[in-house]
Amino acid sequence: MSIQGTEDIILEVKNLQTIFKTDTGDVRAVDGVSFKLPKGKTIGIVGESGSGKSITSLSILQLLASNGKITNGEVLYKGDDLLKLTENQMRKLRGNEISMIFQEPMTSLNPVYTVGQQISEALMLHQNMSKKDAFIRSVELLQLVGIPSPDKRVKNYPFELSGGMRQRVMIAMSLACDPEILVADEPTTALDVTIQAQILELIKELQDRLGMSVIFITHDLGVVAETCDYVAVMYAGQVVEYSDIRTLFHQPKLPYTIGLLKSLPRHDIEQDKLEPIKGNVPSPHEMPVGCRFSPRCPAATDLCRTKMPQLETDENGNQVRCWIYTDEWTGEAEVDIYGETRIAKSGGAKTVLPD
Amino acid sequence: MEKQELLKVEGLKQYFPIKGGFLGRTVNHVKAVDDISFTIYEGETVSIVGESGCGKSTTGRAILRLEEPTEGKVEFRGVDLAGLSKRDMRKYRKDLQIIFQDPYASINPRQTVASVLTEAMDIQKVLPANERRGRAEELLETVGLLPYQADRFPHEFSGGQRQRIGIARALSVNPQLIICDEAVSALDVSIQAQVLNLLEELQDEFKLTYLFISHDLGVVRHISDRIIVMYLGKIVEIADKYSLFENPKHPYTKALLSAIPIPDPDKKKERIVLRGDVPSPIDPPSGCRFHTRCPYATEKCQVDVPELRTASSMKEGHEAACHYIEEIESGEKQPNY
Repeated sequence: MSIQGTEDIILEVKNLQTIFKTDTGDVRAVDGVSFKLPKGKTIGIVGESGSGKSITSLSILQLLASNGKITNGEVLYKGDDLLKLTENQMRKLRGNEISMIFQEPMTSLNPVYTVGQQISEALMLHQNMSKKDAFIRSVELLQLVGIPSPDKRVKNYPFELSGGMRQRVMIAMSLACDPEILVADEPTTALDVTIQAQILELIKELQDRLGMSVIFITHDLGVVAETCDYVAVMYAGQVVEYSDIRTLFHQPKLPYTIGLLKSLPRHDIEQDKLEPIKGNVPSPHEMPVGCRFSPRCPAATDLCRTKMPQLETDENGNQVRCWIYTDEWTGEAEVDIYGETRIAKSGGAKTVLPD
Repeated sequence: MEKQELLKVEGLKQYFPIKGGFLGRTVNHVKAVDDISFTIYEGETVSIVGESGCGKSTTGRAILRLEEPTEGKVEFRGVDLAGLSKRDMRKYRKDLQIIFQDPYASINPRQTVASVLTEAMDIQKVLPANERRGRAEELLETVGLLPYQADRFPHEFSGGQRQRIGIARALSVNPQLIICDEAVSALDVSIQAQVLNLLEELQDEFKLTYLFISHDLGVVRHISDRIIVMYLGKIVEIADKYSLFENPKHPYTKALLSAIPIPDPDKKKERIVLRGDVPSPIDPPSGCRFHTRCPYATEKCQVDVPELRTASSMKEGHEAACHYIEEIESGEKQPNY
């Protein structure tokens, strides 16, 4: 499965950089994020807290807080750079062609309006529907997302609904204008697993039916494995590995990705011992000079600690930001990473002797 | 080796009153935990799993009497903790410790780490005053921090480090049982694995017994010997780890296990998607509490409360509270979605 194939790319993010001004100096929350979203597919953006995955999605829609600024990069939607649009043009796009669902359905719904009023708003604004038509369409949308007795629920306020129901309402709202792209930022993190299963199923079903492309932001590798076609792994503000779902889970290249998978406790298999990644995520104020994972990486060399690797694309279109897979690698030829062996591209400093 | 009972919970109930009306009378109760019994043996790790509102945290808190239980016995080495006076209970707090979910909220931000740790030792008179500081530094090393960090304040530590401080605090009074209430849930996977490994090492070193409360079945499978599954204040299934994951018997346990996404794109499995939400614990369903969402439910389930029992296909010690274990197994009863 190649990413740079014949597939239609609906959204491409190129070298995105977002900076937040704080009292203690500028924080580069997103620093070099690139990925492609093929039409009708789902891309997962995974990372731990502080990796910049949510800021990436907010940057795409330009919904940053007032101290945040996009300083570099391109966000190409159907070939046009969204970052060059005016606020007015952007507003026409949001909720209409690109819409978003958030983690906290309680805080992202307005508590003083009924569910129906909130769904209607987008319809009247973007589709020029009359109030009456918008109301009828709202009921249809609630039905679409599987809310029982939608004609009654449409008149409910958010507090009258359970967490799972609220998330369904959020989804109904985001689908109101048949968007091309749905950005889902941790849509199931606040929900219980049985409810999560319902919501994931719903998103998938709607995607098949409506042909949307989805950007799925999550920290849960299980959710990624189940919903996504491609994955971008983020670490400390950067995309560090990008590949199709099978390669990422079965042949991850980056030491960070390997470590992440090895430290994940699984419910479906017996594991003897977890292999944790040592140390902590670096503070955004004191980013390491070289590779940002180098202070925690079991394979790091002096090169890794002093020079930042670039995102390199391999013959399958998969990408990795790691010195091991470049010609400049100076360490061993066979690198042991959390008990797994990876072959360095250059053949390493030492020649491997034939047996 | 004979298994020694450490903690025996019998008929534990925890009802929270709902005040209402003009005079603020008790109009109803939230039946958070409704008549549960189980035993924990020395040196093992027992987990309680379930979704939000199932009563797993309330159970942990009731055992420690952080909330006074409404009814039931909590025997620790044969002594009923629920019947002790507050003063007598205080002596037992040394043996039973708890680690909380939120490492940001459970440590006083105005105390240095050393004073957090020595305060506990002071209250329980664990060591002579002049040795406590040294012991605090030792504890920091035990949990993977450095002795010189003892004079720092909690905000100078990351989330994972703070959870280590919480663990050191629990260890400072040499407890026998530690209740871990979602102790690793707030941590990122890479840090979570560090803390889980630490908990396992400490268990070996200090012969600890854990009651592990979690909603994460991956974590639970990794750390537990036995597992209790709760739903709406009741135990629906209790089993050793292997039986629970490989041979679950209660329809709720099966649905719960099937709902968890597997981090392997090639492992696609049959998913049992439960309809609807968890009902309110204020007015829980009659009979089997799961009957409103259960694909196998019959009229009997709406009326009769199923008791925990071991069917012939189950190992000793594996119990489930379902009327139809045999029928579901033989295929005589088919799910009705």
